[in-house]
Order: sequence, then C-alpha cells, then structure tokens
Amino acid sequence: MINRCLKVLFFGLLVKPTVLLALGLNVFFREKLPKQGPALVLANHNSHLDTMVLMSLYPLSQIHKVRPVAAADYFLKNKLIAWFSLSIIGIIPLQRGRIRDKDALFEECHAALDNGDILVLFPEGSRGNPEELSTLKRGVHHLIQDRPNLNVIPVMMHGLGRALPKGEALLVPFNCDVVIGDNIPYDDNSKAYINSISLSLNTLLELCMTRQTVVDDEY
Amino acid sequence: MFNVPLHSFYMMVFVTVLLVSASLIRLLLQAKNPQADHTELKQRIQSWWWMIGILFAMLLAPTNISILFFALLSFLALKEFFSIVPTRQADRRVLMWAYLAIPIQYYWVAADWYGMFMVFIPIYVFLFLPMRAVFIGETKGFIRSLGTIHWGVMLSVLCISHIAYLLQLPVKNEQAGALGLVLYLLFITQFNDVCQYIWGKTLGKHKIIPKVSPKKTWEGFIGGVVTVTIISGLVAPYLTPLTILQGFAAGTLIGISGFVGDVVISSVKRDLAIKDSGTLIPGHGGLLDRVDSLIYTAPLFFHFLYYLHY
Repeated sequence: MINRCLKVLFFGLLVKPTVLLALGLNVFFREKLPKQGPALVLANHNSHLDTMVLMSLYPLSQIHKVRPVAAADYFLKNKLIAWFSLSIIGIIPLQRGRIRDKDALFEECHAALDNGDILVLFPEGSRGNPEELSTLKRGVHHLIQDRPNLNVIPVMMHGLGRALPKGEALLVPFNCDVVIGDNIPYDDNSKAYINSISLSLNTLLELCMTRQTVVDDEY
Repeated sequence: MFNVPLHSFYMMVFVTVLLVSASLIRLLLQAKNPQADHTELKQRIQSWWWMIGILFAMLLAPTNISILFFALLSFLALKEFFSIVPTRQADRRVLMWAYLAIPIQYYWVAADWYGMFMVFIPIYVFLFLPMRAVFIGETKGFIRSLGTIHWGVMLSVLCISHIAYLLQLPVKNEQAGALGLVLYLLFITQFNDVCQYIWGKTLGKHKIIPKVSPKKTWEGFIGGVVTVTIISGLVAPYLTPLTILQGFAAGTLIGISGFVGDVVISSVKRDLAIKDSGTLIPGHGGLLDRVDSLIYTAPLFFHFLYYLHY
C-alpha cells in the first residue's frame, strides 16, 4: 500500500512533470495504446527514459498495471536499485545471457499477463547506440507462442537516446516522438514474426518528427 | 479592472469579442452544414482560446511573472528547434549551456539591464558555446553544428526576449501602459498572418516563392501589408507612444518582416521534410509554427520604437 502511494507520488510529481516540461512528447495514435491488459507493448530501447515515457502515457490510476520487463543483472545489482525497480517501477526482472530453461524464464511474465497486466518489453534487449534499432531478440516469440491472440502493440520512440543516452547522467531537454502502431498478428515462424515487428517499428519511425536529427558522428 | 490601463483593457476585451465571434461563426457553419468535418477548425479555435487565455492571464500577472512566461516560451521554442534540426550526440553539453542562456537572458530583462540584454547572446553566448564544444573535442561536423546551435539561440531566445523587454520600457502612453506595446505587437503580427492568408485565398495568383511556400502569393503579401499598415497606423496612438504616421511605418515593418519570419521557419521545415515543428498546439502544430512571424517582428518593432521614443 505504501509502495503504491510512493509509486503514484513518484510518477505524479516527478516523472509526469519531467516528461511534460523537460522532454515534451509528440504522441501519434495515442488511442491505439492498449488501455486494458493482458497486452504486450513492444518498444525500441535507447534510454532509461523509454520506460518512464511509456508509463507516463497512462493515468496514475492505471500505472500499476503497466509492468516493464527489465534486465535482472542490471536492475537487481544492488539493494536500493532493486527495491526501487521492483516496488516503485514494478519491473518484471528477466535473466539475460545464456538461458537453460526458457519456460522458467518467462514465468513471471505469464503470471502478470494472467493477472491482466500490460507488459512492456524491449525486444532489442539492451539500449545500444543512440537512435539506432539493434537486432531484435527472438525471446518475445517464445513468450507469446502460447498466447496467439494476445494484443501485441509496437511503439517507436525517437529522441530519447539524445535526451539521456546510455552511460550519461545529464538529461538534456528534447522533444521526443512516440508513435504507436497496430496489433502485430501472431506467426508460428519465429523469424518471420520477429521480422514483422522490426518492419513495423521501422514503418513507425517514418512518422517521427525528430527523425532528421541524427548526424553520423564517431563520438 | 485588475489595475489594467484602460486602453489595454479595451484591447483585451476586443480580442475576446473576436474569439467569441469566431466560435459563434464556427457553430453557425456546423449548423448549416452538419455533414462536413469541422474538427480542424474547431481544434484551431479551441487552441486560440487556450493561447489567448494563458497569454492574458500571464500579462495581467506581476511583471516578473510575465517575464518568466516569455522565458518559458523561449525554452519551449528552443527545445523544439533543437529537436528537429540535426545536432551531434557530442553536442549534448553544448546544448545544455545554450538552454542555460535563457534564465540569464531573462534575468537581464527582469533587472532592466538594457546593455547586457543586448550583448549577452550575440557576444558572450556566441563566443562561449564554441569554446565549450572545443573542450569536448569532436571536430567532425563542428562548423555546421555550432552554426545551427547559435542560430537557434538567436531566434528563440534573443528575438523572443524582446517581447518581454517591451514590458520594461518606461511608460509613455499612460492610458495603454507597457502592456499596450505587447498587445500592439502581438495583435498586429497575428492580424498580419490572417490578412495575408485571406488576401491570398481570395485574390492570390502570382506565386512569390513557390519553392519554399507554394501557397504564398504576391496578392496575399501586398494585400496583407497594405491592410496591416492602415490598421497599425490607426491603432498606434491608442496603444503605443507612436504617432499615426509612425504607426503606418511600424505596420509596414511588421507586415513585411512577419512574412519573412514565416517563410524562414517554413524553409527550415522544408529542409527537414517535416510539415510541423511539433504537436504542442492542437490544430496549429508546434510552438515555432505559431511564433515564426513574431521571431522577426518582435526585435524589429522593438528597435523601431526604441529609436524613435527612448
């Protein structure tokens, strides 16, 4: 209960105002965002802000239903971060690297979906280079193969890798795009399915207002 | 009321009446033709209500709050600019310093320190930002990047801060107050946009710069400038220290420079192949789309007035 209050305070007083003023979002097709679970949101990943921005799109009364799937090795590495990630953000920790038992891996994700939660998953697996879409991991197919009717919504975000890239602590204000796409129908073939996610994210990128901003540099 | 000088108060009432009529006309249009899609018009007028409402509230507040409001506008405009133009990942810290120029520039405004207000961005910020970038050490794309950043700061901070400084000028028209100058500038600039649009829509034939803005015509431009010149002259003695004749000149200046500001921002967007600079104002686009003319008219009107009366 206390954690739930802290969560609302954290998002209401810190995350939402920051996203509104320091960032500013160009949201396209907000109505396509799943309002109720179970659902899976697949987003590209360039920044810690990605999770915050996606969650800030939900009203405070709904935010506890949104569960980002996040790397256990990173977010559980010390007690304070672990408490914050698990209790305030409400992440579902996921083991990265060599996996033996794939079914055990997604156990918590399944439990959350059964509970009617909205899962946020970053199929790139890592934040990678700013404003670049890395190769998508296949794990997402494994997660939903028992749930072919699950609502799977792709979301493309652009600009957040400039505002707060990997390895930086200084947030620089930028407007960012959030483009929400249509449900990606299930495909038995995992490669084809991953390709259609990738294709869909790249199509959404075309709508981003800030897409021209990336300059090739060797920094 | 609210201790507002009488002429400025009447001007605000007049603008409110215009808004009410716009809303009524839209309702009439919808009643006449319920099948047609009026969403965009509705959104535009609604956004006008919000913009005017916020602006008037901020202008009626104590001067320092009004100044803070224009600082916020500068911040939003600069953020929008940096968000659409290409900048290097290596420039993040330089951009942060560029943002920091905003509170400092508006401090000069609040402190009524005219000299620093005028030189801070063209001299100090101009010299400082490249130095900061040199310490980061990325030379690839240096020229283009620093040029872009400084241009953005000039447009959205120096130019827009001139509106705020109008509030600090000694009052020479007691009945209108300092507020009258801001209302005059904003009203004439927006009125010019509307006039050029209407003249272009009704008479427009000869394209003026088809490569940048295919809808802009000579007829719209000239019709707009002439209408605005006349109105500006008539309104000037009411809201400003300008005489009728000086008001005519101010109107011509605002008419021409408003057009230029509009097409300069259009060129930026065309270069980037985007239609709007943001989505801040529903039905209008981004903030830069709304203040494009003002970026040019504000400093030019300010210095015209300053030369003649201060």
